[in-house]
Amino acid sequence: MGKQRVAIVGTGQTFHKSHRPDVNGQELINEAVGRALVDADLTIRDIDAIVIGNMDHFEGINYVDCWSVDGSGGFMKPVIKLTTGGTTGSTLAIGGYHMVASGLFDRVLVIGWEKNSESDTTGAITTAFDPVWDRLVFAGAISGLAAEAQAYMARYSATDRDGARVSVRDRKHACNNPYTQLRKEVTVDEVLASPMLADPIHLLDVCPRSDGACAVIMAGEHIAEKITATPDWIWATANRHTYTYLGDANFGRLDSLAAASREIYAKAGIREPAKEIGVIELYQPYSFAGIMWIEDLGLTGYGQGAEFVWSGATDMDGEIPINPSGGVIACNPIGATGLIRCAEAALQIMGKAEGHQVPDVDLALSTGFGGCFWSDILLHGRRKPDF
Amino acid sequence: MSDTEHVIIESGAARQPFNYAVGLHGSRFLQELRDHRRFMAVKCPRCAKVYIPPRRVCGACFVEMDEFVEVGPQGTIGTFTILRYAFIDPETGVQKPVPYGYGFIRLDGADTLFQHYIDIQDESRVKIGARVEPVFADERKGTVKDIRCFRIID
Amino acid sequence: MDSAAIVGVGMTAIEKNKIRDGFADMVWEAVNLALDDAGMTIDDIDNVVTTSNDFWDGRTISCMAVSDASGAREKNVSCVEGDGTFGAFYGLTRILSGSYGTTLVTAHSKGSESVSSLITNAAFDPIYQRAIGMDMVSACAMQANAYMHRSRTTPEQLARVSVKNHGNARHNPKAQLPMAITVEEVLASEMICDPLHKLDCSPVSDGCCAMIIAAKDRVGTAAKPPVWIKGAAFCADAFHLGDRDLSRAAALTRAAKKAFDMAGITDPATQVHVAELYDAFTYQELMWLEAMGLCADNQAGHLLEAGVFDIDGTLPVNASGGLLSGHPVIAAGLIRMAEVVRQLRGEAGGAQAKDPTVGVAQGVNGLCGQSHCVWVLSAES
Repeated sequence: MGKQRVAIVGTGQTFHKSHRPDVNGQELINEAVGRALVDADLTIRDIDAIVIGNMDHFEGINYVDCWSVDGSGGFMKPVIKLTTGGTTGSTLAIGGYHMVASGLFDRVLVIGWEKNSESDTTGAITTAFDPVWDRLVFAGAISGLAAEAQAYMARYSATDRDGARVSVRDRKHACNNPYTQLRKEVTVDEVLASPMLADPIHLLDVCPRSDGACAVIMAGEHIAEKITATPDWIWATANRHTYTYLGDANFGRLDSLAAASREIYAKAGIREPAKEIGVIELYQPYSFAGIMWIEDLGLTGYGQGAEFVWSGATDMDGEIPINPSGGVIACNPIGATGLIRCAEAALQIMGKAEGHQVPDVDLALSTGFGGCFWSDILLHGRRKPDF
Repeated sequence: MSDTEHVIIESGAARQPFNYAVGLHGSRFLQELRDHRRFMAVKCPRCAKVYIPPRRVCGACFVEMDEFVEVGPQGTIGTFTILRYAFIDPETGVQKPVPYGYGFIRLDGADTLFQHYIDIQDESRVKIGARVEPVFADERKGTVKDIRCFRIID
Repeated sequence: MDSAAIVGVGMTAIEKNKIRDGFADMVWEAVNLALDDAGMTIDDIDNVVTTSNDFWDGRTISCMAVSDASGAREKNVSCVEGDGTFGAFYGLTRILSGSYGTTLVTAHSKGSESVSSLITNAAFDPIYQRAIGMDMVSACAMQANAYMHRSRTTPEQLARVSVKNHGNARHNPKAQLPMAITVEEVLASEMICDPLHKLDCSPVSDGCCAMIIAAKDRVGTAAKPPVWIKGAAFCADAFHLGDRDLSRAAALTRAAKKAFDMAGITDPATQVHVAELYDAFTYQELMWLEAMGLCADNQAGHLLEAGVFDIDGTLPVNASGGLLSGHPVIAAGLIRMAEVVRQLRGEAGGAQAKDPTVGVAQGVNGLCGQSHCVWVLSAES
């Protein structure tokens, strides 16, 4: 026992859809778990512990860690639940990392899931916010994001065409990912012509709601290389969950992502992220974030995100492809979404991303977004970290 | 199995009632709003940041705050959106009327933004930086609904 | 295992209704008490794990309300949903991983703000069980019957747990229900759900607990001697009550065995000197004792009557008064750990056991003890 390096050795996802009336929650979870076990060529007996999460009020089930054991495989195993809202999936990945890194467990199964079809998503998200101060006017995730985009556009003179360009990119990438939900290309003009939901966000600027689950198997360093020849090594994790009330946010900048990414870069010795990182799976629930947040990640200067995206640098054949999977705009089973970013980054490192594989990825970044402008990040590497 | 229908069980009108404790700082704010139509914020003794709604702890400094300062009632729009899509309001269980103006307002003297409705009778006047003032409800009960909305004044 | 230790604990008073306090107020109070106890400031805290439950708190992302009050600003932070013992476990792994030298763990709940039976009803399967109106009390009443039938434990023995724990609470200034009561009074109290009388059940409570865990190389900066974490383990049983032998707690047995193995304890009944168990109902204290191997099967009731589990017995159990004397869900297990820490430091005052060096604490998640977390703590490394 003792601390150890950690690698992802298997991943599994459901075929994410808007509505899965053919399965209950446990069955949905089990589909992802089964695929992850097959991917790693392990059985549930090999799993030492399970980390699971979702957002309770989307399904209305209390103590989900306990309720889900038939689907998760948690019967007579250690099962722990983490939940942090939109960041739940990435929080789970960070949790799995620490559980294995602690040396207390060698093979940990991490599961994120959501059946958003089972409730009114906006209503449930609204209950995330303070009942006394926030709930009167707040209208789910889109309203807060719209306020963020307005502030950014006013500060940096960005346009709704800039946002639409990001949506065009992710929806194009999604066509190469059989597991994602929305696989249809759109044009900038089609995005701008779609219904206005909350100014400046059009329908085609935002993610859908989804039913889906994702499972990731993490292993300690002495076991990982026996399970797979191409483990995805987790180099570092960091997060910031800063704000207590929505009105405290620095609208137009994602300070939490800037701080967490700088911690990651310092740990890994990264100086020029846009050059050194091969691919990013960004938890980007709407298009404008694809401009703003890459600035906070330090890929480009403040106010230069739109130009960077228009240049094609973040497209599949660009300098630093973002969201080869199609990202969150193509599917968003919320409690799974951050873990899907992590799993997709792992697929890129392991060379298993098939139709949406970016060639020769040495370092990948996956992020989570949620809560009140919160950020989680994991850095993935093909090489075992030497720190 | 193949001809089995997919059964959906509805939870019906089930809901869980709560009594949320506001805390002393928030209680003072709501009472001042109700009784004197005043906006009371709280100032950090270390970094001097003025928080609204008032709360006990400055997260950045990890110190307790107890110096109340009056802010507003006028302010500027820090950022905003106009909500145009329908959704079920969890507070009422029915669909929320749309469209409505959703504003983050920087009350004069405050460092954080206060959320409320913005009057959108003339959408062209709703801009970041526009000056606003509160419209109070006729009957005030000590909740944020004691303010009906903020309206543009310039 | 002796690579981490508990160096600070703090808790609010446990009360029926903290009408003055929101979640953040309770967390602020407990965190500052824990920092004072450790002789540390927030700058000594490397990362934070908060523990809360969205149903009990009546809001999604319940951890958001306590982020500033827990000192998580500009730090790495996470949130466990479940009993505080699970939050502490995650906090421990974040130290053992080498990522952080100290973890601040918090756990809070205000039972007063909601209707408990509706919250626990939501833990039942929505398809098969919820509509029957099941809640924690009715499910545990079934378990109590199953346990009593198998072990031949009597209603008088159950009542005696209540007498002991409420009596112990008289030495605990933070307890909600210190009481001098008799077995007869327990048995005469209102029948809530057969066989559980009102005084067989823990109350609805508000409260918060905070704890600071430190890596071996960081314990030296703390004000008080460290309480070493010798073992910690958790395990979940089947969900559906009908899938389990409700009269036994197989998951607890497994978790306890692992924790004791880690601690090198081969005979818990003699090697453990003090225990704080999850006595949400009287029968649970006896059932958990047997499941953990702290006494032989079917013997807990007899040993209780013999005084073994009294403060001056050979294995004091819930000397703090236990959950029967105050039960803020989520915080409950972390409070059990904090009470063991106080015992091992010799700080328990009138409830102090005689020179304990090894203590065990337990937390529970889910219905009828589906998932358990067991901690073995020691004053000696």
